[in-house]
Amino acid sequence: MSDTYDVLIIGAGPGGYVSAIRAAQLGLKTAVVDREHLGGICLNWGCIPTKALLRSAEIYHYMQHAADYGLKADNVGFDTSAIVKRSRGVSGRLNGGVGMLLKKNKVDVIWGEAAIESAAEGNEPGRVTVKETKRAEAPKGAKGAGSYSAKHIVVATGARPRVLPGIEPDKSLIWTYYEAMVPETMPKSLLVMGSGAIGIEFASFYRTMGAEVTVIELLPQILPVEDPEIAAIARKRFEKQGIRILTGAKVTKVEKGSGSVTATVEDDKGAVRQLTAEKLISAVGVVGNIENLGLEKLGVTIERGIVVTDGLGRTNVPGLYAIGDVAGPPMLAHKAEHEGVICIETIKGLHAHPMDKAKIPGCTYCQPQIASVGLSEAKAKEQGIPVKVGRFPFAGNGKAIALGEPDGLVKTLFHAKTGQLLGAHMVGAEVTELIQGYVVAMNLETTEEELIHTVFPHPTLSEMMHESVLDAYGRVIHT
Amino acid sequence: MPINVLMPALSPTMEKGNLAKWLKKEGDPVKSGDVLAEIETDKATMEVEAIDEGVLAKILVPEGTADVPVNDLIAVIAEEGEDPASIATPKAGGAKDGGPKTAPAEPKNTPDQNAGPDGSHASYARVDQAPDGAKPDEGKTNGAGRATEAGGAGGRTFASPLARRIAKQEGIDIAAVTGSGPHGRVIQRDVQAAIEGGAAEARAAPAKAATPEAAATKPEPTSVPAAGGVATGMTTDQVKALFEPGSYEEITLDGMRKTIAKRLVESKQTVPHFYLSIDVELDALLALRTQVNEGAAKDKDGKPAFKLSVNDFVIKGLALALQRVPNANAVWAGDRILKFKNSDVGVAVAIEGGLFTPVIRRAEQKTLSTISAEMKDLAGRARTRKLKPEEYQGGSTAVSNLGMFGIKSFSAVINPPHGTILAVGGGEARVVAKDGAPAVVQAMTVTLSVDHRVVDGALGAELLAAFKGLIENPMGMLV
Repeated sequence: MSDTYDVLIIGAGPGGYVSAIRAAQLGLKTAVVDREHLGGICLNWGCIPTKALLRSAEIYHYMQHAADYGLKADNVGFDTSAIVKRSRGVSGRLNGGVGMLLKKNKVDVIWGEAAIESAAEGNEPGRVTVKETKRAEAPKGAKGAGSYSAKHIVVATGARPRVLPGIEPDKSLIWTYYEAMVPETMPKSLLVMGSGAIGIEFASFYRTMGAEVTVIELLPQILPVEDPEIAAIARKRFEKQGIRILTGAKVTKVEKGSGSVTATVEDDKGAVRQLTAEKLISAVGVVGNIENLGLEKLGVTIERGIVVTDGLGRTNVPGLYAIGDVAGPPMLAHKAEHEGVICIETIKGLHAHPMDKAKIPGCTYCQPQIASVGLSEAKAKEQGIPVKVGRFPFAGNGKAIALGEPDGLVKTLFHAKTGQLLGAHMVGAEVTELIQGYVVAMNLETTEEELIHTVFPHPTLSEMMHESVLDAYGRVIHT
Repeated sequence: MPINVLMPALSPTMEKGNLAKWLKKEGDPVKSGDVLAEIETDKATMEVEAIDEGVLAKILVPEGTADVPVNDLIAVIAEEGEDPASIATPKAGGAKDGGPKTAPAEPKNTPDQNAGPDGSHASYARVDQAPDGAKPDEGKTNGAGRATEAGGAGGRTFASPLARRIAKQEGIDIAAVTGSGPHGRVIQRDVQAAIEGGAAEARAAPAKAATPEAAATKPEPTSVPAAGGVATGMTTDQVKALFEPGSYEEITLDGMRKTIAKRLVESKQTVPHFYLSIDVELDALLALRTQVNEGAAKDKDGKPAFKLSVNDFVIKGLALALQRVPNANAVWAGDRILKFKNSDVGVAVAIEGGLFTPVIRRAEQKTLSTISAEMKDLAGRARTRKLKPEEYQGGSTAVSNLGMFGIKSFSAVINPPHGTILAVGGGEARVVAKDGAPAVVQAMTVTLSVDHRVVDGALGAELLAAFKGLIENPMGMLV
């Protein structure tokens, strides 16, 4: 029988480990349980390793276009295993880093599959049973299987790829992001089901590496959560790069051959066609890992696969909390981290406020990059909000031209009456690093006035952010 | 370089104050520590001390000016070697006392060093002016083109730009909105809550006066509906219409009257009061009091070291009763209850034009003579309005004694955030049944007003019973 923890967190993904560190900072005795990897999917099979792959693709692309910059590069090629090895190395390094951070903050790591036996009641702490797992070796210093008690239990178990019936991933022909992350050879042709961030990033990567790529999207627009205007610009660029895009198209059947896979695709007009490729990536979303945790037994309210919380991470069962993907969309690492901190501060009795989900940015790291925060123009109009819209094209920006990146757009949306910055949508080079300027502005509740009076450094891509605001108020300079 | 003297903040919550009196004249030499002026806030009168040396060159806000916003420029000191006469006359900061809204804003480049979130120190900020005599009075609407709204000139009301703009558009006095953002910053949701009626009193009358005809008649303070923060009720004009003009005298409200009105309306509207009365026999207490007072040591003039009043026993009795019934020693705090270890008892002191409730801290630990001496000091300083805010803030309960006026019993209004208040009637000879026969005893009736959110009926009764026991067996209070 071990000592009682103040907080025990199930899942060491970005939501879980950040929560654990925050809890430790606040002086709470903290443990985090994981069955597979510190840093979760994000760090091991998601956000981070894909960025490593995409960086290789980006440099490869530049090398192929060296002449555009007055450079010579002959016999440009790549080594698939070296690209994958680099990507795995990046994950490995950061995974070790998470272990160090937890250790430094005196957070106990418990290795295995966790199930909640009971939540805290009165002076009786909650109990969690951890069973041994064969999925992965425990990191050094981790505690093993056993029964643990904690006053507060936080479920941060993340999500996994959604599986469509008849299109079950088989690790060889039908891939999820796991297999797509570690190809042994570059496929010559590829079908990508789903055009969200995951699907589009892999499509962009494999296209740059030379594969014939077809993206199949059920909805009429690729990147369905993005502003339609931005998505349309991105689509044009993808098509120019040779990615074939089918929207309003449904995969009705997938047949596996020897070394190839054939998908039957029906478009919204009822026309049916068959597409054959070496591999198919299923990227049709993710679902929360809510099973086998004992949640049903404890009477935790779950709606459509999502643990219902009060915005501060509290479930309907006192002493039991949920954050990150299991607590609902947007299923993003930075949302999970922030939600985790709010949850821990609530447990500590600090005056936490629920997160404003309208101010969570989203980034897609394809070429061109896409970044956005807040309302799209269409959503604002749907809600009847009067808006002023600003647009500024990359072609009007000196730095963009110098970089050789003249394609893209920065779009801003203001409340016509109050000047509130409602949203920002960007497509083009490095926009994922730019969006945060607008996120800060939104959180500080600036109006157009403060943005107009802000000095942006020259020459930078960020000047476009200024010009877009100016454009919304009829004051744009460089178009 | 001339030194600006700004309206100081005497407490963290102070937003404006009255400039009661100048103790230095223009031309007077000033040295560090000299008292320059007296400032009257909602309740206290405080002195403004100089922290620099020089000559008081200009007084910009004449004495007797009401509602000077914190951080407004009130005077200028010429430094040694400067000719006071050569100092340009800056415009007083208080350019918005009912004046037109287009009044020139304070120059935006004035650094606002006194505007720290906890700007509670009572000395003025040193503000270095721009070199080469950029004159503050030429602060014509600059490029920014912003008219500063209420509370904005001094920057004392921390509010997001969006909150300010919406407040302005909706006619909300932002200074009256309670901020829920970081460090009490007023943000969009606070203003929205105020608009939706959460703080109807925050709706500023001057904004309504923006119509031409209203602007023609100089907006007087009397046009403010429900001064003092009454949430609903008749407006000034509605009340006045019911009376013959000239049949009454109009008394402008001082800070104390406004505070009393605001706090007690808040109390009656937000605190669910209930009342418990009990009769307490005083014979033993009166006998003990006589004995103790007669035994008091006398100084060489024959003056006793102390003279205990019945009220001193009441304070001590209530303090000890709270220790015996600790759950009643508590206040409501929005989403939780604050339960105290010590008994801090407020005592209502009537003064000319209002009342104060200074607090006897840790009254349970103090001897009756200490309580008596403290009360004399606090009451004396209350009458001259020289109490410091920290001397009348806090406490979980209060005593209001109208016995000396012959009042038999009454119910007092709880002074937020207190959980209770004890209304003490006068002691008198009463005929009661004792052992089946009529007997004459000295007795008084006390009534406890209780905040039902904190203290339920039985708990309140328990507190009163404990109090009765202590008063009727007063020896217990001596040990």
